[in-house]
Amino acid sequence: MLSRVAENIYWFARYLERAENSARLVNVNANLLLDLPPEYRPGWLPLIDITGSRELFDASERRAEERDVVHFLIAELDNPGSILGSLRFARENARTLRDVLPNEVWEHLNELFMEIKEELPGALNKRMRFKFLQKIIRGMQTLTGELEGTMSRNDAYTLMMLGRNLERADMTSRIIDVRSAQLVPAESAELTNFDTIQWVNLLKSLSGYQMYRLRARTRVSRAAALEFVLRDTHFPRACFFCLQEVGTFLRALPRSAAVMGSLAAACSFLKNADLERLDQPGLHEHIDLLQLHINVVHQGIARSFFPPHVAAEAQMQAQTTSASVELRAARVTRLEDAPAG
Amino acid sequence: MSIDWTTYRASGLHDELIGPGGGARAAGRALIRHLSELGCAEIGVRQQAAELAIKVMGVTFTVYHEQGGSIDRAWPLDIIPRIISAKEWNRIAAGLKQRVAALNNFIDDVYHAQRIVKDGVFPLEIIGSSRNFRPHCVGVNPPQGVWAHICGTDLVRDKDGTVYVLEDNLRVPSGVSYMIENRQVVKRVLPELFESSSILAVDDYPAALHEMLASLAPRRQGLPEIVVLTPGIYNSAYFEHSYLARQMGCELVEGRDLAVHEDDCVYMQTIHGWRRVDVIYRRIDDDFLDPESCRADSTLGVPGLMRAWAKGNVALANAPGAGVADDKLVYTYVPDMIRYYLDEDPILPNVPSWRCSQPKDLEHVLQNLEQLVVKPVDGSGGYGMLMGPQSSQRERNQFAAQLKAAPRNFIAQPVITLSTVPTFVNERIEPRHVDLRPFILSGPSTYVTTGGLTRVALPEGSLVVNSSQGGGSKDTWIVATEN
Repeated sequence: MLSRVAENIYWFARYLERAENSARLVNVNANLLLDLPPEYRPGWLPLIDITGSRELFDASERRAEERDVVHFLIAELDNPGSILGSLRFARENARTLRDVLPNEVWEHLNELFMEIKEELPGALNKRMRFKFLQKIIRGMQTLTGELEGTMSRNDAYTLMMLGRNLERADMTSRIIDVRSAQLVPAESAELTNFDTIQWVNLLKSLSGYQMYRLRARTRVSRAAALEFVLRDTHFPRACFFCLQEVGTFLRALPRSAAVMGSLAAACSFLKNADLERLDQPGLHEHIDLLQLHINVVHQGIARSFFPPHVAAEAQMQAQTTSASVELRAARVTRLEDAPAG
Repeated sequence: MSIDWTTYRASGLHDELIGPGGGARAAGRALIRHLSELGCAEIGVRQQAAELAIKVMGVTFTVYHEQGGSIDRAWPLDIIPRIISAKEWNRIAAGLKQRVAALNNFIDDVYHAQRIVKDGVFPLEIIGSSRNFRPHCVGVNPPQGVWAHICGTDLVRDKDGTVYVLEDNLRVPSGVSYMIENRQVVKRVLPELFESSSILAVDDYPAALHEMLASLAPRRQGLPEIVVLTPGIYNSAYFEHSYLARQMGCELVEGRDLAVHEDDCVYMQTIHGWRRVDVIYRRIDDDFLDPESCRADSTLGVPGLMRAWAKGNVALANAPGAGVADDKLVYTYVPDMIRYYLDEDPILPNVPSWRCSQPKDLEHVLQNLEQLVVKPVDGSGGYGMLMGPQSSQRERNQFAAQLKAAPRNFIAQPVITLSTVPTFVNERIEPRHVDLRPFILSGPSTYVTTGGLTRVALPEGSLVVNSSQGGGSKDTWIVATEN
């Protein structure tokens, strides 16, 4: 398989996955806000940082109020982290992959993009929002199913699975980050109930509540929920599971030894963390570091399998010195570098 | 409601399906009967079904100049097929093979001894002044001595029924994918006819193309690595590039995927590392192939490609320089080439042409501009032409000045009134003008498509069949008849 095609299909998968998870992200924030006592509601602005799009947002004319932020996250075509932006880039990549992707997938993605664009104005209305986001999640799940059911297990499939799982690990960590941004005093007794409800919401937004109950068989607690979404080895949206998958698919490729090293580092970072002892700021920092690890794995994949890009090299340099704040800025840069057609 | 063919007026024209008396021609009898039974309303329903199928199958072509940059448009197909009897087609196919054989002999001769010039059949100055003559190609020996592996020859039928060759496209002719897809669609919407008539299949083209390309591989052991080289997704024929790559099961590459290494071989960059390429079916013009020897500003090509090709380390189809015979002034000599190289009489005639480079012809052209079509020798797609009968005095004066200034750049031909085929327009059936582009593959053996791509001018009376200018297309049936 051509390196250029490998890169396109990898990004195709990442953007599809990102669109779905962005919908989950907006959903979880909306639910969390409704459950918190008004004086503790942090609003929508934290999502801008969590999705790593602060620079783009500041450069836009938009203000920090709900309507503008939600529009930015759902509908901004030029924001590659927005739902519509992700879909657009997925589609532009798919256009160059007509000889690799099953025809139905191309047709379906096309159709979905048109529909979503059309329904967008309604979806910015709070009452319609949930249904709209639900539709996107379902649509993406259907596409994923079509790919699963009709694509040969060839190199293209392998690259697609790398993209999907790496993006999913990254986005799950960002969704957890939404929770860590709610600066509710952790020890406060009157808020303990809220705390539990919020972890339930987070699990639900990852479609993981049921699977959590089957696995944990205890009431939802912060530590157990974190353990599940970060480190479970069976739940397909848990960060550790996704990284395991990346490893499985990497083994099918030549010249993967170097990436395997970075992947092992990411996995042991996840495994060795003392989740129980992380307070909210500690959790936030932990997630930043996890994302940094994920990005190193991405860079390794790019170096081994994609055609060399001058920009990507320069960016890698920047990232070796990156603190967590720079990492998020780099995320935006990385998105813009990604081929879209 | 059945169709009354007596009101179908194609007076003074040659219609491909309906004879002069209003009755169906032999090869089209079954079709005409079937259409009459269906009636206009049902034909309309089937036409819609065809358009839907084309959308679902994603058969598109790209148009640039509209707002929003380049967009994919659904391929326009009229479901009423154009029919040619197998008997007539066999003669045309033989004529095409003969023609392409002579053209390949000519190109090889041009880049070697130029015997045809020495023997006084072809003037030297035309070679030197041809825009597509490539000095780099002199002395190169492509495999099997073939330069134009894929040729798309445009045929037209005049009102007296004679089939003429209008031009030979020897560079990167396109349209063959639409020929195959048209058949897929028409089979779906007019299945009854395929059951009752013997319509020859068209879909063996990708297999024949693959076989021909494989025969060019410089390495003789193992499976050859064949690629299709495209300028990218914004090219108007990208659909076809992607389609042919898919059908042949080979990689669709862009220039940036390829590199010429120190051993002067071509490699493509894959996730497994660099992989040697044997044959490139290139859909990029000569000018852009190699920035080292052609246009330095080309970002579509591959530096060093010409070197690798000249050394025989990679095969290019078509070979660079094959376009020298695309020149319309060269075209006027093809019948002479057939006699010279093959010692045969041409089976298919050229459209009678005047060479403005010759003083006597030029004088005739200048005096008869009102009746003639004047064409630039290196133009295509109908651009830069003078249509005499429709022209104004001012346009004729301008053209006369151009002709006198650069006579080498023009030829002139009488107006050919293209034949017509019944076509579904405005909810009814009317005659519309068509041409035909068959494709000829030259390798160890010569292959001619069964029929070709029929293009149809949809506006009433129009002779412009280009899809970028409102043209449509038709499925082309070669039908075996009893007698």
